[in-house]
Amino acid sequence: MRLLKNFESYRHDFPALYQEVHGHDLIYFDNAATTLKPMVVINEVMNHYYADTSNVHRGVHTLSERATLKFEAARESVRTFIGAASLSEIVFTSGTTESINLLAHSFGDAFIASEDEIIITAMEHHSNIVPWQLLAQRKGAILKALPMNECGELAWDLLATMITSRTKLLSLTFVSNAIGTINPIKEIIALVRSVAGTKVKVVVDAAQAVAHLPLDVKDLDCDFLVFSGHKVFAATGVGVLYGKEALLESMPPYKGGGHMIRKVSLEKSSFADLPDKFEAGTPAIEGVISLGSALNYLQKIGIENIRTYEEELAAFAEAELSALPFIRVIGKASCKAAIHSFVIEGVHPHDIGTYLDQKGIAIRSGHHCAAPLMEFFGVVATARISFAFYNRLAEIKILRNELIKMWEFFHGQSLSRADLRAQ
Amino acid sequence: MDNLYQELILEHNKNPRNFGELKEGECLKQEGLNPLCGDRLIVSLKLSEDGEQIIEDVKIRSDGCAISRASASMMSEAIKGKTVKDAIAIFHEFHDLLLKKHDPSVCPHLGKLEVFSNIWKYPSRVKCAALPWHTLNEIMEQTSKPGQSTSE
Ligand SMILES: Cc1ncc(COP(=O)(O)O)c(C=O)c1O
Repeated sequence: MRLLKNFESYRHDFPALYQEVHGHDLIYFDNAATTLKPMVVINEVMNHYYADTSNVHRGVHTLSERATLKFEAARESVRTFIGAASLSEIVFTSGTTESINLLAHSFGDAFIASEDEIIITAMEHHSNIVPWQLLAQRKGAILKALPMNECGELAWDLLATMITSRTKLLSLTFVSNAIGTINPIKEIIALVRSVAGTKVKVVVDAAQAVAHLPLDVKDLDCDFLVFSGHKVFAATGVGVLYGKEALLESMPPYKGGGHMIRKVSLEKSSFADLPDKFEAGTPAIEGVISLGSALNYLQKIGIENIRTYEEELAAFAEAELSALPFIRVIGKASCKAAIHSFVIEGVHPHDIGTYLDQKGIAIRSGHHCAAPLMEFFGVVATARISFAFYNRLAEIKILRNELIKMWEFFHGQSLSRADLRAQ
Repeated sequence: MDNLYQELILEHNKNPRNFGELKEGECLKQEGLNPLCGDRLIVSLKLSEDGEQIIEDVKIRSDGCAISRASASMMSEAIKGKTVKDAIAIFHEFHDLLLKKHDPSVCPHLGKLEVFSNIWKYPSRVKCAALPWHTLNEIMEQTSKPGQSTSE
């Protein structure tokens, strides 16, 4: 009960919640797409522009030094947040997508050869599919996908036979953005280690995990982990690539430019130490600072508390949705994050989205950049609701009632109490 | 809400006209895709072979949203029996309507299609209403090019 009260009060930190959309109080259920920003984060960004605008790592003047301090403090916040051993292991990128592309180019070009195998899974976001396809095409490598069962859980025991002497990399998501499955990453990595030791490198796409689950890269024993700032209450345009130090050391630069060099002549350059080697050019300074601030804010609330509270939201939503006879939930994994995908017979997800928007409820409808997964479930699109810790049980009740009205609207008939109780 | 989902749109969504596909070889076919939402539809068109290019039959296959289904259904009614030239004129008027550039005194051919006159208020849905028409237009552009045969 105390927990519930606390979470109610955190709503005050998010000014965007206090607005009306089409005459209704906003209910924001699209957190898997991007999260709202708390006032502390907004203030940090504003403060940077007000007082500290400058470039980092270059000037000797006061503004630049202030900005650089905050920038590097953010790196430390990321390091502690994910339990990395060293600051050298934290590379700032523009987002999950760029982190994966960096890996596909830098790691891929150096260590993937013709006939080598890369394994992804059937539930990946396009950003964890396409960069590997492009790499496989460049190198003549082979891309395989680990299948899932009809509940939307990975058949990860198959890895024992899928991994061969040519397998170099497994890249998989921690949480499915489309159907909410939480993959048992630690167990999966342990299996990879028992079959192939450290010969198979494991990339964890933590884009949908970072705001909701505790992350500990040492405990997971992943080789790389990537996520985006905007899905964890920070600005867009910033993301993280974590890599084990020895691995990052062994990889060539991805982009060339300022700040990533040690010595440059017109013929040849040598490169800076980690993590600078992978941070060419002027970064999204205010974005990085906002990320540090967002992670510090989350640390204070406690990611374990967030997990507990969101489990409550998810269980309530699951119960409310499955009590509606016209709803088919897509993805019924036994371990799920606060993400629910569903379809409704006779109402296209787009119409669900527009209808709910008119009631002030923001949801996502579409293929969620996971076309192969949609095909697996035999749907072209779904409606998706995804929570953050500022959502409330009462909002889910409102959603449920609006879904009933919506069904009646599109079908031109009313549902009786008996219809709703049957099931 | 009723602004967008007018009675007529809901009715066509529920009971779409001319849905299905014409027989392969007897018609022209075109697939339309909306990569943003994954919507996919197929327009098949049968034109008269007398050089008049009259749209003798049209069928649409769609599992899209209410807006795109209703638009497809009403499009089929609007163009059936018309010449390709007339259908192209209606397409242009409809296009203007979706973009709020429509002037009824200049474009008198829309009739029932005016039910879509509020769509511009829902920018993310304009594409849904436009997809059937753009797909149809791709076929018509091919056939109205000089020297082009009208059967596949
Ligand atoms: C699981 C997953 N991976 C990767 C991404 C891509 O993130 P971004 O677009 O921020 O690079 C997303 C975003 O939706 C995601 O949900």
